[in-house]
Amino acid sequence: MPVKRVDKTPMPERDAALRSHDFEEVNEGYGIAHAQFEAERCLRCQDPVCIEGCPVRVPIPDFVHRVASGDMRGAAEVLRASNPLPAVCGRVCPQEVQCEEQCSVGIRFKPVAIGYLERFVADWEMAQPPVDVTVKLDRAEKVAIIGSGPAGLVCAGELARLGYPVTIFEALHAPGGVLRYGIPEFRLPKDVLDWEIDQLRKLGVEIVCNVIIGKTITMDQLMGEMGFSAVFIGTGAGLPSFMGIPGENLNGVYSANEFLTRVNLMHANDFPNADTPVMVGKRVAVIGAGNTAMDTVRTALRVGAEKGMIVYRRSDKEMTARVEEHHHAIEEGVEFHWLTNPIEVLGDEDGWVTGLKCIRMELGEPDASGRARPVPIEGSEFVMPVDNVVLSIGNKPNPLLLQTTKGLESNKWGCLVVHDNSSETSREHVFAGGDAVTGAATVILAAGAGKTAAQEIHEDLRA
Amino acid sequence: MPKILEKRPLTPITKLYKVDAPLVAKAAKPGQFVIVRVREGGERIPLTIADYDRDEGTLTIVVQEVGTTTRLLGQLEVGDEIRDLVGPLGMPLEIPVEGHIVGIGGGFGAAALLCLMRELRQRGDTTTIINGAREKDLLILNEELTEVCDNLELCTDDGSEGFHGFVTERLAQLIDGDGPGRPDMVVAIGPMPMMRAVTETTRGKDIPTLVSLDPLMIDGTGMCGGCRVTVNNEVKFACVDGPFFDAHQVDFEEAVRRNKMYVKQEAESKDRTECRKLAVGQV
Ligand SMILES: Cc1cc2nc3c(=O)[nH]c(=O)nc-3n(C[C@H](O)[C@H](O)[C@H](O)COP(=O)(O)OP(=O)(O)OC[C@H]3O[C@@H](n4cnc5c(N)ncnc54)[C@H](O)[C@@H]3O)c2cc1C
Ligand SMILES: Cc1cc2nc3c(=O)[nH]c(=O)nc-3n(C[C@H](O)[C@H](O)[C@H](O)COP(=O)(O)OP(=O)(O)OC[C@H]3O[C@@H](n4cnc5c(N)ncnc54)[C@H](O)[C@@H]3O)c2cc1C
Ligand code: SF4
Ligand code: FES
Repeated sequence: MPVKRVDKTPMPERDAALRSHDFEEVNEGYGIAHAQFEAERCLRCQDPVCIEGCPVRVPIPDFVHRVASGDMRGAAEVLRASNPLPAVCGRVCPQEVQCEEQCSVGIRFKPVAIGYLERFVADWEMAQPPVDVTVKLDRAEKVAIIGSGPAGLVCAGELARLGYPVTIFEALHAPGGVLRYGIPEFRLPKDVLDWEIDQLRKLGVEIVCNVIIGKTITMDQLMGEMGFSAVFIGTGAGLPSFMGIPGENLNGVYSANEFLTRVNLMHANDFPNADTPVMVGKRVAVIGAGNTAMDTVRTALRVGAEKGMIVYRRSDKEMTARVEEHHHAIEEGVEFHWLTNPIEVLGDEDGWVTGLKCIRMELGEPDASGRARPVPIEGSEFVMPVDNVVLSIGNKPNPLLLQTTKGLESNKWGCLVVHDNSSETSREHVFAGGDAVTGAATVILAAGAGKTAAQEIHEDLRA
Repeated sequence: MPKILEKRPLTPITKLYKVDAPLVAKAAKPGQFVIVRVREGGERIPLTIADYDRDEGTLTIVVQEVGTTTRLLGQLEVGDEIRDLVGPLGMPLEIPVEGHIVGIGGGFGAAALLCLMRELRQRGDTTTIINGAREKDLLILNEELTEVCDNLELCTDDGSEGFHGFVTERLAQLIDGDGPGRPDMVVAIGPMPMMRAVTETTRGKDIPTLVSLDPLMIDGTGMCGGCRVTVNNEVKFACVDGPFFDAHQVDFEEAVRRNKMYVKQEAESKDRTECRKLAVGQV
């Protein structure tokens, strides 16, 4: 394939018309030739600024160089030492505002495709014969991890490698957090997640599902009779927000969490082979424009909607989704209604959704977040005929654990408070990281937090 | 995986299970529930904790077979394991009023009164249970209920046992001073129409009333919002804020409507499980 050096080596993708009806992964991944060709574009700068853009400081030129020279094992080792979830992050990191935004090649041309290369190396590693990863878990202190999202998984892996017996407690029946129930198969195949979880199990990490800390077992029990010396809280931000507009409880209105959970965790796309259904009509409006909204609208198309629409009160410039997801959504035929704010969900006499009443917006002065504040245009109300409305306007941390745990400080948004950029909470030997601390953020930030916390727990237990 | 230690049919479609679940039993309080899943690809369904024994580490659940998952559960036998069971979920039931507490059960609901009424009686309240069903053979757990309360009132629609009529008619008589007398508080658990009728019976009579709402649920941890109900014009997640709510503030119409969201799919799924059972039987 002839590729101009100024461009990124394109990611092989499945055809939009085909893929928008199934759940197979959209991006097919680089072959070895693509990867080495792309790796050659790296300038091996003296001052590799790309590293600054990565929240966990992956030594990017180092691993990219190894790819170029064909040392895939070496690349994998370098990568894994700094980022324990490379196959996931290579797929879901917002590279365009992280490593790739900084890349020097990007000043004049398109930046090096760091994410695609990261994914390539991780996929290569997964395809190799399994290597023995077992370590002796011979330390006396046991550590409990609450939640099996990226933060919890990474923290568990790091601690096990340090020799601690680790138990992860997960509320749902399957581990992975948002990687399991939120991000769909077509973007993050569950095989990838299962492989990572399998590695942890091989390391000797115990994963106990169907246990809610704060309900099934209290924090006091964990640290008392159950004998855990330290605890990491990685409970995420899984409490969906609603808008509070009339009609929100009509039949056919979902939170994005419910919609995605029905499909990803409960396999409603396979109903009636799987027992959980999802109601999707012809026209689905998804409110919001983050990754969750894109995942939702594209999932809606895959479970039978004829028309998927994004409704967002700001403009495309304020959209928070990854650029690639936006592109893919456009290719798959998603309609975008920017500067459109829903004000009421309309229903028929049986209580089923029939329409979404919206008002048009225009951008005004910047607000507290620095983004232009959308203001309603008076008299511009109109009704969009829809069969489903899915709200994807954000998530807050779940208060379950806080409600039953003494001595854990949280802020007004329900996020756990940690001391001066560390992962220490207000309770002794209790650490926290990921969305539970930051509010809804990213996989790499959660993974990074889990890794830092493991180090801090290690120091705490050695003190 | 929690093992089934005991199974007892109560009616042709209602079964009682004692399940080995020490952690949940230890933490359980009256009014809470569990979520179970019985097979890979299966649905997660909520079931009330009817009773628990902390020493034995067991839970009692009573299941009424109405669709796919409850039927699959009904096929499990002693020694079988329930694939997934998580809990206790929801807020423990708090009875702020002392005095004469009347619990009303319909269908599987009577079972849910077991641990609650026992605890209230221990607290020193006078306890009455009104257990109602269509006919005598559908009244469940009479013996066990007698043991946990001061007065057990039975009602059947056809008069084949106890009071001839609906539980609400008997409740109205109690309010007027009949039998064990006027309740200071009422707790109703059962089918939505029954709970709704109870709510109307006590409305305006200065009798605080709680009902156990049973919306569709998935995670049971507040993560999906599918279980949302409107109470006192506020949206609540029944799995974390409930399942018990002030009956006189509940938007029943909405709750009933939302529970019907998947009737078509539920029927399709049930037909399939029936076909499969038939097929297995024929082999
Ligand atoms: C649909 C969707 C798409 C996304 N797309 C992207 C993307 O493309 N790129 C990106 O970087 N980020 C993305 N994100 C954000 C990212 O997934 C999260 O920031 C990240 O998963 C947070 O990780 P975490 O470990 O903190 O928590 P989570 O992944 O939320 O995991 C928390 C886990 O803890 C469990 N838990 C909670 N409370 C308890 C308890 N009391 N006891 C036991 N277990 C408990 C939960 O069940 C859950 O499994 C997306 C999020 C969503 C919802
Ligand atoms: C907090 C809570 C506690 C519960 N406790 C018990 C219990 O102790 N014992 C018990 O037998 N059931 C209980 N239920 C109801 C039980 O969860 C449902 O009957 C079950 O989900 C039905 O699943 P299914 O797959 O068998 O049937 P489905 O195929 O899902 O449904 C079959 C039929 O049952 C109706 N239905 C489905 N879900 C509900 C519901 N939540 N409430 C009322 N009708 C419903 C449907 O409309 C349909 O007509 C409880 C529900 C909640 C929310
Ligand atoms: S982890 Fe994310 S930010 Fe860091 S190098 Fe990989 S893709 Fe870039
Ligand atoms: S069942 Fe999901 S929030 Fe209540």
